[in-house]
Amino acid sequence: MLELKRLCKTFNRGTVNEKQALCGLDLTLKDGDFVTVIGGNGAGKSTMLNAVAGTWMVDSGSILIDGVDVTHLPEHKRAKFIGRVFQDPMMGTAPTMQIEENLALAARRGQRRSLRWGITKTERADYRELLRGLGLGLEDRLTSKAGLLSGGQRQALTLLMAALKRPKLLLLDEHTAALDPKTAAKVLALSDQIVEENGLTTLMVTHNMRDAIAHGNRLIMMYDGRVAVDVSGEDKKRLTVPDLLDLFSKVSGSDEADDKMLLS
Amino acid sequence: MNIMHLVNALPSVAAQGLIWAIMAIGVYITYRILDVADLTVDGTMATGGAVFAVLTVAGAPIPLALLGAFFSGMAAGLVTGLFHTACGIPAILAGILTQLALYSVNLRVMGSANMAVNGMQYDLLISSQEVTSLSIRNPIFLVGVSVLVIIGALYWFFGTELGASLRATGSNANMSRAQGIDTNFTKVLGLMLSNGLVALSSALLAQYQGFADVNMGRGAIVIGLAAVIIGEVLLSRVFHNFALKLCAVAIGSILYYLVYQVVIWLGLNTNDMKLVTALIVAVFLAIPHWKGHYLTRATKKGGGTDA
Repeated sequence: MLELKRLCKTFNRGTVNEKQALCGLDLTLKDGDFVTVIGGNGAGKSTMLNAVAGTWMVDSGSILIDGVDVTHLPEHKRAKFIGRVFQDPMMGTAPTMQIEENLALAARRGQRRSLRWGITKTERADYRELLRGLGLGLEDRLTSKAGLLSGGQRQALTLLMAALKRPKLLLLDEHTAALDPKTAAKVLALSDQIVEENGLTTLMVTHNMRDAIAHGNRLIMMYDGRVAVDVSGEDKKRLTVPDLLDLFSKVSGSDEADDKMLLS
Repeated sequence: MNIMHLVNALPSVAAQGLIWAIMAIGVYITYRILDVADLTVDGTMATGGAVFAVLTVAGAPIPLALLGAFFSGMAAGLVTGLFHTACGIPAILAGILTQLALYSVNLRVMGSANMAVNGMQYDLLISSQEVTSLSIRNPIFLVGVSVLVIIGALYWFFGTELGASLRATGSNANMSRAQGIDTNFTKVLGLMLSNGLVALSSALLAQYQGFADVNMGRGAIVIGLAAVIIGEVLLSRVFHNFALKLCAVAIGSILYYLVYQVVIWLGLNTNDMKLVTALIVAVFLAIPHWKGHYLTRATKKGGGTDA
Protein backbone atom coordinates (compact mmCIF):
# COMPACT_ATOMS: atom_id res chain seq x y z
CA MET A 1 0.00 0.00 0.00
CA LEU A 2 2.77 2.40 0.92
CA GLU A 3 6.31 2.05 -0.36
CA LEU A 4 9.12 4.35 0.72
CA LYS A 5 12.36 3.75 -1.17
CA ARG A 6 15.69 5.21 -0.08
CA LEU A 7 14.15 8.49 1.09
CA CYS A 8 16.59 11.25 1.96
CA LYS A 9 15.93 14.73 3.28
CA THR A 10 18.38 17.27 4.62
CA PHE A 11 17.18 20.50 6.19
CA ASN A 12 19.11 23.79 6.05
CA ARG A 13 21.71 22.36 3.70
CA GLY A 14 24.93 24.32 3.68
CA THR A 15 24.30 26.12 6.98
CA VAL A 16 25.49 25.44 10.53
CA ASN A 17 22.01 24.08 11.22
CA GLU A 18 22.30 21.43 8.53
CA LYS A 19 20.42 18.35 9.65
CA GLN A 20 20.08 15.12 7.79
CA ALA A 21 16.59 14.13 8.92
CA LEU A 22 16.01 11.14 6.63
CA CYS A 23 18.80 9.04 5.29
CA GLY A 24 18.05 6.12 2.99
CA LEU A 25 14.73 5.31 4.60
CA ASP A 26 13.07 2.15 3.29
CA LEU A 27 9.64 1.05 4.46
CA THR A 28 6.82 -0.96 2.92
CA LEU A 29 3.33 -1.17 4.39
CA LYS A 30 0.88 -3.88 3.44
CA ASP A 31 -2.78 -3.16 2.90
CA GLY A 32 -4.43 -2.85 6.30
CA ASP A 33 -1.19 -2.55 8.29
CA PHE A 34 -1.42 -0.47 11.45
CA VAL A 35 2.17 0.51 12.18
CA THR A 36 3.22 2.36 15.32
CA VAL A 37 6.40 4.42 15.02
CA ILE A 38 8.71 5.22 17.95
CA GLY A 39 12.17 6.69 18.24
CA GLY A 40 14.09 9.43 20.04
CA ASN A 41 13.90 13.11 19.30
CA GLY A 42 15.26 13.86 15.86
CA ALA A 43 15.07 10.22 14.73
CA GLY A 44 12.94 11.29 11.75
CA LYS A 45 9.48 10.07 12.78
CA SER A 46 7.56 13.24 12.01
CA THR A 47 9.85 13.96 9.08
CA MET A 48 8.83 10.63 7.57
CA LEU A 49 5.14 11.45 7.96
CA ASN A 50 5.61 14.91 6.49
CA ALA A 51 7.55 13.43 3.58
CA VAL A 52 4.67 11.08 2.85
CA ALA A 53 2.10 13.86 3.23
CA GLY A 54 4.07 16.15 0.93
CA THR A 55 4.61 19.05 3.34
CA TRP A 56 7.84 19.52 1.39
CA MET A 57 9.57 17.52 -1.35
CA VAL A 58 12.21 14.91 -0.49
CA ASP A 59 15.77 15.30 -1.80
CA SER A 60 15.87 11.79 -3.26
CA GLY A 61 14.08 8.47 -3.18
CA SER A 62 10.50 7.69 -4.08
CA ILE A 63 7.10 7.41 -2.42
CA LEU A 64 4.41 5.12 -3.80
CA ILE A 65 0.88 4.95 -2.47
CA ASP A 66 -1.08 1.96 -3.77
CA GLY A 67 1.28 1.76 -6.73
CA VAL A 68 0.96 5.46 -7.63
CA ASP A 69 4.18 7.43 -7.57
CA VAL A 70 3.38 10.56 -5.53
CA THR A 71 6.99 11.66 -4.97
CA HIS A 72 6.54 14.85 -6.95
CA LEU A 73 2.86 15.52 -6.25
CA PRO A 74 2.12 18.64 -4.20
CA GLU A 75 0.57 18.26 -0.76
CA HIS A 76 -3.00 19.11 -1.80
CA LYS A 77 -2.99 16.51 -4.57
CA ARG A 78 -1.73 13.76 -2.28
CA ALA A 79 -4.55 14.59 0.11
CA LYS A 80 -6.77 12.43 -2.10
CA PHE A 81 -4.97 9.36 -0.73
CA ILE A 82 -4.16 10.51 2.77
CA GLY A 83 -5.98 11.37 5.99
CA ARG A 84 -3.98 13.21 8.63
CA VAL A 85 -4.22 14.09 12.30
CA PHE A 86 -1.57 16.40 13.71
CA GLN A 87 0.11 16.75 17.08
CA ASP A 88 -1.24 20.26 17.54
CA PRO A 89 -5.03 20.08 17.96
CA MET A 90 -5.26 23.56 16.40
CA MET A 91 -3.83 22.32 13.14
CA GLY A 92 -6.46 19.86 11.99
CA THR A 93 -9.57 22.03 11.83
CA ALA A 94 -10.58 25.47 10.56
CA PRO A 95 -11.36 27.32 13.82
CA THR A 96 -13.55 30.05 12.32
CA MET A 97 -15.75 27.56 10.47
CA GLN A 98 -18.61 25.49 11.81
CA ILE A 99 -18.19 21.84 12.80
CA GLU A 100 -20.41 20.75 9.92
CA GLU A 101 -18.51 22.99 7.49
CA ASN A 102 -15.24 21.38 8.56
CA LEU A 103 -16.70 17.95 7.87
CA ALA A 104 -18.09 19.13 4.53
CA LEU A 105 -14.61 20.35 3.54
CA ALA A 106 -13.19 16.94 4.39
CA ALA A 107 -15.98 15.19 2.49
CA ARG A 108 -14.79 16.91 -0.68
CA ARG A 109 -11.16 15.94 -0.32
CA GLY A 110 -9.82 14.78 -3.68
CA GLN A 111 -12.73 16.25 -5.61
CA ARG A 112 -12.93 19.38 -7.71
CA ARG A 113 -14.55 22.13 -5.65
CA SER A 114 -17.32 23.55 -7.80
CA LEU A 115 -19.98 26.20 -7.44
CA ARG A 116 -22.42 23.74 -5.94
CA TRP A 117 -23.58 24.51 -2.43
CA GLY A 118 -20.84 23.76 0.11
CA ILE A 119 -22.98 21.49 2.29
CA THR A 120 -26.23 19.64 1.63
CA LYS A 121 -29.16 18.67 3.83
CA THR A 122 -28.46 14.94 3.59
CA GLU A 123 -24.85 15.57 4.56
CA ARG A 124 -25.99 17.39 7.69
CA ALA A 125 -28.02 14.38 8.79
CA ASP A 126 -25.08 12.06 8.10
CA TYR A 127 -22.68 14.24 10.08
CA ARG A 128 -25.07 14.35 13.00
CA GLU A 129 -25.03 10.54 13.14
CA LEU A 130 -21.25 10.37 12.77
CA LEU A 131 -20.75 12.87 15.59
CA ARG A 132 -23.23 11.01 17.77
CA GLY A 133 -20.94 8.00 17.41
CA LEU A 134 -18.15 9.94 19.12
CA GLY A 135 -20.22 10.24 22.29
CA LEU A 136 -18.96 13.77 22.93
CA GLY A 137 -22.26 15.59 22.52
CA LEU A 138 -21.06 17.24 19.33
CA GLU A 139 -24.15 16.08 17.42
CA ASP A 140 -26.08 18.99 18.93
CA ARG A 141 -23.38 21.52 18.08
CA LEU A 142 -23.16 21.13 14.29
CA THR A 143 -23.15 24.88 13.73
CA SER A 144 -20.69 25.74 16.52
CA LYS A 145 -17.33 27.06 15.42
CA ALA A 146 -14.60 24.40 15.60
CA GLY A 147 -12.47 26.95 17.45
CA LEU A 148 -14.75 26.59 20.49
CA LEU A 149 -13.96 22.88 20.94
CA SER A 150 -11.51 21.48 23.49
CA GLY A 151 -8.26 19.85 22.33
CA GLY A 152 -9.67 16.36 22.69
CA GLN A 153 -12.87 17.23 20.86
CA ARG A 154 -10.88 18.77 18.03
CA GLN A 155 -8.68 15.71 17.67
CA ALA A 156 -11.79 13.52 17.60
CA LEU A 157 -13.31 15.74 14.93
CA THR A 158 -10.04 15.73 12.96
CA LEU A 159 -9.98 11.93 13.13
CA LEU A 160 -13.51 11.81 11.79
CA MET A 161 -12.55 14.20 8.99
CA ALA A 162 -9.41 12.20 8.18
CA ALA A 163 -11.39 8.97 7.85
CA LEU A 164 -14.43 10.44 6.13
CA LYS A 165 -13.24 9.68 2.61
CA ARG A 166 -11.70 6.30 3.54
CA PRO A 167 -8.15 7.32 2.66
CA LYS A 168 -5.68 4.74 1.46
CA LEU A 169 -3.40 5.87 4.24
CA LEU A 170 -3.99 7.43 7.67
CA LEU A 171 -1.15 9.43 9.23
CA LEU A 172 -1.35 10.05 12.98
CA ASP A 173 1.49 12.32 14.09
CA GLU A 174 1.64 12.11 17.91
CA HIS A 175 -1.98 13.09 17.82
CA THR A 176 -2.51 12.50 21.55
CA ALA A 177 0.71 14.11 22.80
CA ALA A 178 -0.93 17.46 23.57
CA LEU A 179 -3.86 15.94 25.47
CA ASP A 180 -4.29 15.05 29.15
CA PRO A 181 -3.91 11.29 29.86
CA LYS A 182 -7.63 10.59 30.16
CA THR A 183 -8.51 12.41 26.93
CA ALA A 184 -5.50 10.87 25.19
CA ALA A 185 -6.75 7.40 26.06
CA LYS A 186 -10.21 8.24 24.70
CA VAL A 187 -8.81 9.62 21.44
CA LEU A 188 -6.56 6.56 21.06
CA ALA A 189 -9.50 4.21 21.57
CA LEU A 190 -11.42 6.19 18.99
CA SER A 191 -8.47 5.94 16.59
CA ASP A 192 -8.45 2.16 17.00
CA GLN A 193 -12.17 2.04 16.36
CA ILE A 194 -12.01 4.22 13.24
CA VAL A 195 -9.02 2.34 11.82
CA GLU A 196 -10.77 -0.99 12.38
CA GLU A 197 -14.18 0.05 11.06
CA ASN A 198 -12.69 1.45 7.86
CA GLY A 199 -9.85 -1.03 7.49
CA LEU A 200 -7.36 1.84 7.11
CA THR A 201 -3.65 1.40 6.52
CA THR A 202 -2.16 3.52 9.29
CA LEU A 203 1.12 5.04 10.43
CA MET A 204 0.98 6.28 14.03
CA VAL A 205 3.91 8.15 15.56
CA THR A 206 3.98 8.13 19.35
CA HIS A 207 6.35 8.93 22.18
CA ASN A 208 4.59 6.50 24.45
CA MET A 209 6.07 2.98 24.28
CA ARG A 210 3.11 1.37 26.00
CA ASP A 211 0.80 2.84 23.37
CA ALA A 212 3.16 1.74 20.62
CA ILE A 213 3.00 -1.83 21.92
CA ALA A 214 -0.72 -1.86 22.66
CA HIS A 215 -1.86 -0.59 19.27
CA GLY A 216 -1.40 -1.81 15.74
CA ASN A 217 -0.01 -5.01 14.25
CA ARG A 218 3.52 -3.81 13.63
CA LEU A 219 6.02 -1.56 15.40
CA ILE A 220 9.02 0.22 13.96
CA MET A 221 11.73 2.09 15.80
CA MET A 222 13.53 4.83 13.93
CA TYR A 223 17.06 5.97 14.54
CA ASP A 224 19.10 8.49 12.62
CA GLY A 225 16.63 8.82 9.75
CA ARG A 226 16.21 5.09 9.14
CA VAL A 227 14.10 2.20 10.32
CA ALA A 228 16.29 0.49 12.94
CA VAL A 229 13.86 -2.05 14.40
CA ASP A 230 10.85 -3.62 12.75
CA VAL A 231 8.67 -6.00 14.78
CA SER A 232 5.36 -7.48 13.72
CA GLY A 233 2.92 -10.33 14.29
CA GLU A 234 3.42 -12.58 17.31
CA ASP A 235 6.79 -11.00 18.14
CA LYS A 236 5.11 -7.63 18.55
CA LYS A 237 2.38 -9.04 20.78
CA ARG A 238 5.04 -10.37 23.15
CA LEU A 239 6.97 -7.07 23.30
CA THR A 240 7.35 -5.31 26.64
CA VAL A 241 8.63 -1.85 27.50
CA PRO A 242 11.95 -3.23 28.88
CA ASP A 243 12.40 -5.13 25.58
CA LEU A 244 11.99 -1.89 23.69
CA LEU A 245 14.46 -0.06 25.92
CA ASP A 246 16.96 -2.87 25.34
CA LEU A 247 16.44 -2.63 21.62
CA PHE A 248 16.88 1.11 21.75
CA SER A 249 20.18 0.80 23.63
CA LYS A 250 21.45 -1.67 21.05
CA VAL A 251 20.39 0.50 18.15
CA SER A 252 21.80 3.73 19.54
CA GLY A 253 24.90 2.06 20.97
CA SER A 254 24.34 3.68 24.34
CA ASP A 255 22.91 2.54 27.67
CA GLU A 256 20.89 5.63 28.10
CA ALA A 257 17.60 5.53 26.33
CA ASP A 258 16.37 8.87 25.17
CA ASP A 259 15.01 10.89 28.09
CA LYS A 260 11.70 11.44 26.48
CA MET A 261 11.27 7.71 25.79
CA LEU A 262 12.02 6.86 29.41
CA LEU A 263 9.61 9.40 30.72
CA SER A 264 6.67 8.11 28.77
CA MET B 1 -20.32 76.30 11.95
CA ASN B 2 -23.80 76.13 10.63
CA ILE B 3 -25.36 72.75 11.32
CA MET B 4 -27.24 73.03 8.02
CA HIS B 5 -23.98 72.72 6.12
CA LEU B 6 -23.51 69.33 7.68
CA VAL B 7 -27.11 68.29 7.05
CA ASN B 8 -26.85 69.37 3.44
CA ALA B 9 -23.76 67.24 3.03
CA LEU B 10 -25.50 64.07 4.27
CA PRO B 11 -26.73 62.82 0.87
CA SER B 12 -23.22 62.99 -0.54
CA VAL B 13 -21.92 61.28 2.61
CA ALA B 14 -24.31 58.39 1.93
CA ALA B 15 -23.41 58.20 -1.76
CA GLN B 16 -19.66 58.26 -1.23
CA GLY B 17 -19.93 55.91 1.70
CA LEU B 18 -21.81 53.41 -0.46
CA ILE B 19 -19.34 53.70 -3.35
CA TRP B 20 -16.44 53.09 -0.98
CA ALA B 21 -18.42 50.29 0.65
CA ILE B 22 -17.86 48.16 -2.46
CA MET B 23 -14.14 48.83 -2.08
CA ALA B 24 -14.31 48.02 1.65
CA ILE B 25 -16.08 44.73 0.92
CA GLY B 26 -13.15 43.89 -1.34
CA VAL B 27 -10.78 44.65 1.52
CA TYR B 28 -12.92 42.48 3.82
CA ILE B 29 -12.38 39.50 1.48
CA THR B 30 -8.60 39.71 1.77
CA TYR B 31 -8.21 41.09 5.29
CA ARG B 32 -10.86 39.07 7.08
CA ILE B 33 -11.56 36.01 4.93
CA LEU B 34 -8.12 35.27 3.46
CA ASP B 35 -6.27 36.80 6.42
CA VAL B 36 -3.96 38.77 4.12
CA ALA B 37 -3.35 42.53 4.25
CA ASP B 38 -3.43 43.35 0.55
CA LEU B 39 -1.94 46.77 -0.24
CA THR B 40 -2.56 46.39 -3.98
CA VAL B 41 -5.86 48.21 -3.50
CA ASP B 42 -4.24 51.66 -3.30
CA GLY B 43 -3.26 51.13 -6.92
CA THR B 44 -6.39 49.28 -8.01
CA MET B 45 -8.58 52.05 -6.60
CA ALA B 46 -7.16 54.27 -9.37
CA THR B 47 -6.82 51.58 -12.07
CA GLY B 48 -10.55 50.85 -12.14
CA GLY B 49 -11.40 54.51 -12.66
CA ALA B 50 -8.66 54.97 -15.23
CA VAL B 51 -9.75 51.99 -17.31
CA PHE B 52 -13.38 53.03 -17.03
CA ALA B 53 -12.60 56.59 -18.15
CA VAL B 54 -10.48 55.51 -21.08
CA LEU B 55 -13.05 52.98 -22.27
CA THR B 56 -15.91 55.44 -21.89
CA VAL B 57 -14.11 58.24 -23.73
CA ALA B 58 -13.26 55.74 -26.47
CA GLY B 59 -16.98 55.19 -26.92
CA ALA B 60 -17.56 51.91 -25.11
CA PRO B 61 -21.02 51.41 -23.58
CA ILE B 62 -21.09 51.99 -19.81
CA PRO B 63 -21.71 48.33 -18.81
CA LEU B 64 -18.74 47.25 -20.91
CA ALA B 65 -16.55 49.97 -19.38
CA LEU B 66 -17.58 48.82 -15.89
CA LEU B 67 -16.79 45.23 -16.82
CA GLY B 68 -13.42 46.35 -18.18
CA ALA B 69 -12.68 48.10 -14.89
CA PHE B 70 -13.64 44.96 -12.96
CA PHE B 71 -11.32 42.80 -15.07
CA SER B 72 -8.44 45.28 -14.79
CA GLY B 73 -8.75 44.96 -11.01
CA MET B 74 -8.79 41.19 -11.26
CA ALA B 75 -5.62 41.35 -13.35
CA ALA B 76 -3.94 43.46 -10.65
CA GLY B 77 -5.03 40.91 -8.04
CA LEU B 78 -3.65 38.13 -10.22
CA VAL B 79 -0.25 39.84 -10.35
CA THR B 80 -0.13 40.26 -6.57
CA GLY B 81 -1.31 36.68 -6.13
CA LEU B 82 1.41 35.32 -8.41
CA PHE B 83 4.08 37.47 -6.71
CA HIS B 84 2.95 35.92 -3.44
CA THR B 85 2.37 32.29 -4.41
CA ALA B 86 4.57 31.57 -7.42
CA CYS B 87 7.44 33.86 -6.38
CA GLY B 88 7.21 33.34 -2.62
CA ILE B 89 7.14 37.06 -1.82
CA PRO B 90 5.39 37.86 1.50
CA ALA B 91 1.82 38.96 0.78
CA ILE B 92 2.19 42.45 2.18
CA LEU B 93 5.29 43.12 0.08
CA ALA B 94 3.73 41.56 -3.03
CA GLY B 95 0.86 44.05 -2.64
CA ILE B 96 3.22 46.98 -2.23
CA LEU B 97 5.12 45.98 -5.39
CA THR B 98 1.95 45.76 -7.48
CA GLN B 99 0.67 49.00 -6.02
CA LEU B 100 3.86 50.79 -7.01
CA ALA B 101 3.84 49.26 -10.48
CA LEU B 102 0.19 50.26 -10.93
CA TYR B 103 1.07 53.93 -10.51
CA SER B 104 3.02 53.79 -13.77
CA VAL B 105 0.39 51.58 -15.38
CA ASN B 106 -2.39 54.00 -14.43
CA LEU B 107 -0.45 56.92 -15.95
CA ARG B 108 0.11 54.89 -19.11
CA VAL B 109 -3.57 53.94 -19.31
CA MET B 110 -4.81 57.51 -19.02
CA GLY B 111 -1.83 59.17 -20.71
CA SER B 112 -1.94 61.88 -18.03
CA ALA B 113 -2.42 62.28 -14.30
CA ASN B 114 -6.18 62.59 -14.61
CA MET B 115 -8.96 62.24 -17.09
CA ALA B 116 -12.45 63.75 -17.15
CA VAL B 117 -15.57 61.67 -17.72
CA ASN B 118 -18.27 64.27 -17.98
CA GLY B 119 -21.85 63.32 -17.20
CA MET B 120 -23.08 65.82 -19.84
CA GLN B 121 -21.13 64.08 -22.56
CA TYR B 122 -21.56 60.44 -21.60
CA ASP B 123 -24.54 58.51 -20.34
CA LEU B 124 -22.97 57.70 -16.96
CA LEU B 125 -24.61 55.45 -14.43
CA ILE B 126 -24.23 57.86 -11.54
CA SER B 127 -23.30 61.48 -11.00
CA SER B 128 -22.93 63.69 -7.94
CA GLN B 129 -25.36 66.13 -9.63
CA GLU B 130 -28.25 63.80 -8.90
CA VAL B 131 -27.43 63.08 -5.28
CA THR B 132 -30.35 65.14 -3.94
CA SER B 133 -32.83 64.30 -6.67
CA LEU B 134 -35.79 62.08 -5.93
CA SER B 135 -35.40 59.91 -8.99
CA ILE B 136 -34.23 56.44 -9.91
CA ARG B 137 -31.03 58.09 -11.13
CA ASN B 138 -30.06 59.07 -7.60
CA PRO B 139 -26.62 57.55 -6.89
CA ILE B 140 -27.62 56.65 -3.33
CA PHE B 141 -30.34 54.42 -4.71
CA LEU B 142 -28.33 52.99 -7.61
CA VAL B 143 -25.17 52.29 -5.63
CA GLY B 144 -27.21 51.07 -2.67
CA VAL B 145 -28.88 48.48 -4.88
CA SER B 146 -25.48 47.53 -6.35
CA VAL B 147 -24.06 47.01 -2.87
CA LEU B 148 -26.97 44.74 -1.97
CA VAL B 149 -26.59 42.75 -5.19
CA ILE B 150 -22.85 42.35 -4.56
CA ILE B 151 -23.47 41.23 -0.96
CA GLY B 152 -26.02 38.71 -2.22
CA ALA B 153 -23.62 37.37 -4.84
CA LEU B 154 -20.80 37.05 -2.31
CA TYR B 155 -23.11 35.37 0.19
CA TRP B 156 -23.89 32.80 -2.45
CA PHE B 157 -20.27 32.40 -3.57
CA PHE B 158 -18.81 31.91 -0.10
CA GLY B 159 -21.46 29.28 0.56
CA THR B 160 -20.36 27.16 -2.39
CA GLU B 161 -17.69 24.45 -2.29
CA LEU B 162 -15.22 26.79 -3.97
CA GLY B 163 -16.08 29.71 -1.68
CA ALA B 164 -15.81 27.49 1.38
CA SER B 165 -12.33 26.46 0.28
CA LEU B 166 -11.37 30.16 0.25
CA ARG B 167 -12.68 30.61 3.77
CA ALA B 168 -10.86 27.47 4.90
CA THR B 169 -7.61 28.79 3.42
CA GLY B 170 -7.85 31.97 5.49
CA SER B 171 -8.88 30.05 8.59
CA ASN B 172 -6.19 27.34 8.50
CA ALA B 173 -4.00 26.92 5.43
CA ASN B 174 -2.32 23.76 6.76
CA MET B 175 -5.60 22.02 7.32
CA SER B 176 -6.82 23.20 3.92
CA ARG B 177 -3.94 21.56 2.11
CA ALA B 178 -4.45 18.39 4.15
CA GLN B 179 -8.05 18.42 2.89
CA GLY B 180 -6.87 18.71 -0.70
CA ILE B 181 -7.34 22.45 -1.21
CA ASP B 182 -4.79 24.14 -3.46
CA THR B 183 -4.18 27.11 -1.17
CA ASN B 184 -2.10 28.93 -3.78
CA PHE B 185 -5.05 28.86 -6.15
CA THR B 186 -7.56 29.99 -3.52
CA LYS B 187 -5.31 32.86 -2.43
CA VAL B 188 -4.92 34.09 -6.00
CA LEU B 189 -8.64 33.74 -6.62
CA GLY B 190 -9.45 35.70 -3.45
CA LEU B 191 -7.03 38.47 -4.37
CA MET B 192 -8.53 38.68 -7.87
CA LEU B 193 -12.09 38.84 -6.59
CA SER B 194 -11.16 41.46 -4.00
CA ASN B 195 -9.31 43.71 -6.44
CA GLY B 196 -12.04 43.31 -9.04
CA LEU B 197 -14.52 44.77 -6.56
CA VAL B 198 -12.12 47.55 -5.63
CA ALA B 199 -11.72 48.48 -9.29
CA LEU B 200 -15.49 48.45 -9.74
CA SER B 201 -15.79 50.83 -6.80
CA SER B 202 -13.12 53.00 -8.41
CA ALA B 203 -15.05 53.12 -11.68
CA LEU B 204 -18.18 54.24 -9.81
CA LEU B 205 -16.19 56.87 -7.94
CA ALA B 206 -14.77 58.22 -11.20
CA GLN B 207 -18.32 58.65 -12.50
CA TYR B 208 -19.53 60.22 -9.30
CA GLN B 209 -16.79 62.84 -9.17
CA GLY B 210 -16.60 63.24 -12.95
CA PHE B 211 -12.96 62.28 -13.38
CA ALA B 212 -10.38 59.58 -12.78
CA ASP B 213 -7.17 60.58 -11.07
CA VAL B 214 -3.91 58.73 -10.60
CA ASN B 215 -3.97 59.65 -6.92
CA MET B 216 -7.56 58.74 -6.18
CA GLY B 217 -6.53 55.48 -4.51
CA ARG B 218 -3.93 56.88 -2.16
CA GLY B 219 -4.68 55.56 1.34
CA ALA B 220 -7.58 53.46 0.06
CA ILE B 221 -6.48 50.43 2.07
CA VAL B 222 -6.74 52.45 5.27
CA ILE B 223 -10.22 53.69 4.40
CA GLY B 224 -11.21 50.11 3.59
CA LEU B 225 -9.84 48.90 6.91
CA ALA B 226 -11.58 51.78 8.67
CA ALA B 227 -14.92 50.67 7.20
CA VAL B 228 -14.31 47.01 8.07
CA ILE B 229 -13.24 47.77 11.62
CA ILE B 230 -15.84 50.43 12.41
CA GLY B 231 -18.51 48.03 11.17
CA GLU B 232 -17.13 45.22 13.33
CA VAL B 233 -16.62 47.21 16.50
CA LEU B 234 -20.14 48.62 16.36
CA LEU B 235 -22.12 45.71 14.95
CA SER B 236 -20.29 42.41 15.50
CA ARG B 237 -22.43 41.63 18.56
CA VAL B 238 -25.63 41.94 16.56
CA PHE B 239 -24.59 40.71 13.11
CA HIS B 240 -23.45 37.08 12.97
CA ASN B 241 -24.70 36.00 9.56
CA PHE B 242 -22.13 36.43 6.76
CA ALA B 243 -24.38 38.67 4.64
CA LEU B 244 -25.05 40.87 7.66
CA LYS B 245 -21.33 41.11 8.35
CA LEU B 246 -20.88 42.46 4.83
CA CYS B 247 -23.73 44.90 5.50
CA ALA B 248 -21.83 45.99 8.60
CA VAL B 249 -18.85 46.80 6.36
CA ALA B 250 -21.08 48.95 4.16
CA ILE B 251 -22.50 50.71 7.21
CA GLY B 252 -18.95 51.17 8.50
CA SER B 253 -18.02 52.82 5.23
CA ILE B 254 -20.93 55.27 5.44
CA LEU B 255 -20.09 56.05 9.07
CA TYR B 256 -16.49 56.69 8.08
CA TYR B 257 -17.67 59.29 5.57
CA LEU B 258 -19.94 60.77 8.21
CA VAL B 259 -16.99 61.20 10.57
CA TYR B 260 -14.99 62.59 7.65
CA GLN B 261 -17.70 65.15 6.94
CA VAL B 262 -18.03 66.12 10.60
CA VAL B 263 -14.31 66.68 10.88
CA ILE B 264 -14.36 68.92 7.81
CA TRP B 265 -17.39 70.71 9.18
CA LEU B 266 -15.42 71.31 12.39
CA GLY B 267 -12.93 73.27 10.33
CA LEU B 268 -10.14 70.90 9.30
CA ASN B 269 -9.38 70.82 5.59
CA THR B 270 -9.23 67.83 3.26
CA ASN B 271 -5.43 67.77 3.40
CA ASP B 272 -5.63 66.83 7.08
CA MET B 273 -7.91 63.90 6.36
CA LYS B 274 -5.19 61.27 5.79
CA LEU B 275 -3.90 62.02 9.28
CA VAL B 276 -7.40 61.88 10.73
CA THR B 277 -8.17 58.63 8.88
CA ALA B 278 -4.98 56.97 10.10
CA LEU B 279 -5.80 58.00 13.67
CA ILE B 280 -9.39 56.73 13.41
CA VAL B 281 -8.17 53.33 12.18
CA ALA B 282 -5.44 53.19 14.82
CA VAL B 283 -7.96 53.88 17.59
CA PHE B 284 -10.49 51.33 16.33
CA LEU B 285 -7.73 48.71 15.93
CA ALA B 286 -6.47 49.46 19.42
CA ILE B 287 -9.85 49.17 21.15
CA PRO B 288 -10.14 45.34 20.86
CA HIS B 289 -6.50 45.00 21.94
CA TRP B 290 -6.95 47.20 25.00
CA LYS B 291 -10.22 45.47 25.83
CA GLY B 292 -8.56 42.04 25.68
CA HIS B 293 -5.60 43.23 27.73
CA TYR B 294 -7.78 44.83 30.36
CA LEU B 295 -10.14 41.84 30.58
CA THR B 296 -7.35 39.23 30.96
CA ARG B 297 -5.79 41.32 33.72
CA ALA B 298 -9.14 41.54 35.45
CA THR B 299 -9.73 37.76 35.39
CA LYS B 300 -6.23 37.10 36.70
CA LYS B 301 -6.87 39.40 39.63
CA GLY B 302 -10.16 37.65 40.24
CA GLY B 303 -8.26 34.35 40.45
CA GLY B 304 -10.26 32.54 37.77
CA THR B 305 -10.20 28.79 38.37
CA ASP B 306 -11.05 27.41 34.96
CA ALA B 307 -7.94 28.44 33.06
